[in-house]
Amino acid sequence: MPYIIQTSNLTRKYGSLTAVDSITLNVEKGEIFGILGPNGAGKTTLLSMLSTILKPTSGTATVNNYDIIRDNRMVRRSIGIVFQDPSIDADMTARENLQMHADLYGVPVSKQADRIKIVLELVQLEDKADHFMYTFSGGMRRRLEIARGLLHYPRVLFLDEPTIGLDPQSRDHIWEYIRKLREREDMTIILTTHYMEEADRLCDRVAIIDHGKIVALDQPSALKSRLGGDTIILGTPEEQKLFDLLRQNSTSDSIQMEKGEVRVTVSNANYLLPAIIESTVASGIQIDYIYINHPDMNDVFMHYTGKDIREEQVREKSGRMAMMKRRRSR
Amino acid sequence: MSELRGIYTLWLREVKKFLREKPRLLNAFCQPLLWLFIFGTGMRFSAGIPGVNYLEFIFPGLVCQAMLFTAMFMGVSVIWDREFGFLKEILVSPISRPSIFLGKMLGISTDVMIQGIIIFPFAFLIGAHVDIFIFIQALPIMILISTGLVCIGLTFASLVKNFEGFGLIQTFVNLPMFFLSGALFPLANVPQWLRWVSFANPLTYGVDALRTVMMGDTWVQMFPMYVSIAVLVVFDVFIFSVGTYAFSRTE
Repeated sequence: MPYIIQTSNLTRKYGSLTAVDSITLNVEKGEIFGILGPNGAGKTTLLSMLSTILKPTSGTATVNNYDIIRDNRMVRRSIGIVFQDPSIDADMTARENLQMHADLYGVPVSKQADRIKIVLELVQLEDKADHFMYTFSGGMRRRLEIARGLLHYPRVLFLDEPTIGLDPQSRDHIWEYIRKLREREDMTIILTTHYMEEADRLCDRVAIIDHGKIVALDQPSALKSRLGGDTIILGTPEEQKLFDLLRQNSTSDSIQMEKGEVRVTVSNANYLLPAIIESTVASGIQIDYIYINHPDMNDVFMHYTGKDIREEQVREKSGRMAMMKRRRSR
Repeated sequence: MSELRGIYTLWLREVKKFLREKPRLLNAFCQPLLWLFIFGTGMRFSAGIPGVNYLEFIFPGLVCQAMLFTAMFMGVSVIWDREFGFLKEILVSPISRPSIFLGKMLGISTDVMIQGIIIFPFAFLIGAHVDIFIFIQALPIMILISTGLVCIGLTFASLVKNFEGFGLIQTFVNLPMFFLSGALFPLANVPQWLRWVSFANPLTYGVDALRTVMMGDTWVQMFPMYVSIAVLVVFDVFIFSVGTYAFSRTE
């Protein structure tokens, strides 16, 4: 069986709120699988159930062929997890944190020193091994947590918002490690994120979830191409002439004309653009500007959920601010 | 086997953290001095117990008090672990919940024993007769006392989800257990109701047993030694089971 994770109508309710609503999905071995959604969509709840921290209200799932309820200890042996919130012991050194983890996961004592060295090198913290964790920056702690999650060679690595709150440089670093891991180890990686770019650039497949349900599941490129592809926008004073020309060359099925602009929707703008420029130059049509609009995961998200993920973020933040203000004014 | 390794690593963590906390150790060393030399001297000259050196009398009580307070405050560490997320790392590991509880219990008990033993040298300062044989007799009793106390602390920490809740333990567990244990005054002359409440306190049996060992013939024990030991063992088994159950239910 090629699937390393299978869920069937997995559901978790908190009182009247259904955080995860009957999710059925399969993850293949060796995939980097993204779970994308706004805060509160049910990503962490889904992950918590798969990692046996939470029991499902109904439905089942298997991880590495072990049932998450019946064989939860075998599931825990099979997985590594990097939580959204920090979960290291700040009063201990990096090495001590890793040592504890190796002991808890039954890594043979004779192999511990070697493995600790290997994972520390992977996240480039080998020279900080004996520093206390409270001296580490947020990005370094995150890297150590990833290293820790790898220490017992899990079959599946869960990363819950691996780059949340990190600066762009640390984020790049962590993406790099995740890609390296997939290349070097025979490992499946499940990550949740609300960063579009992360889902787009890192994942083989992405499940978009909203209100506890999967609203779309595919490769990032496929999700984007379902939106109809790129749009080339050409600014010109001679829009009618340009429109007719592109029509004649049958550049695309979808060409629209507006005042001073022609919009062409194509599957891949980067390859078509040279041809368009060539033909317009040849026919002497004046072009003032060109820009290409590639749909990104944000457009995909908007398409499937009817809302902007960034809006969601902003709304939540302003809600929190309002709450803080209320508290302060008391 | 891997289960044992997990228990060991959790034990090691508690002990390391305890020994690294220098202010706590200083506190552990100095607080009994205040009790002994100020409180003890004051009481000795104003409300002495006939025929008994009060300093010698409260010495075993102070050992128990130090262990009690350390056990309760170290029990909080479960709440710290929860707050700082480390508890999740332990809970999601393949180690079973009872083993986690056992590992923590052994670790904190070791801390509590260290705390209790630190005080012993003061016995010489007050001129009490404590030799190596008495010390060796005292150790098993101290182990029984610390096990029960640590389990009480851990049980509370498993049930209470935040620090505000844990503040209650000071008023409703620490001080009542301390005052009602016979650590500061003999229970022979107190009103009947106070006596009965004290008899319901497991620490009373610990204090009495420790005092019997340390003071020898000068102390008229309240319970035969085997009764004290039996009560402590039964209580330890009971509270350990309750604690394991409470901790296993945490999500």
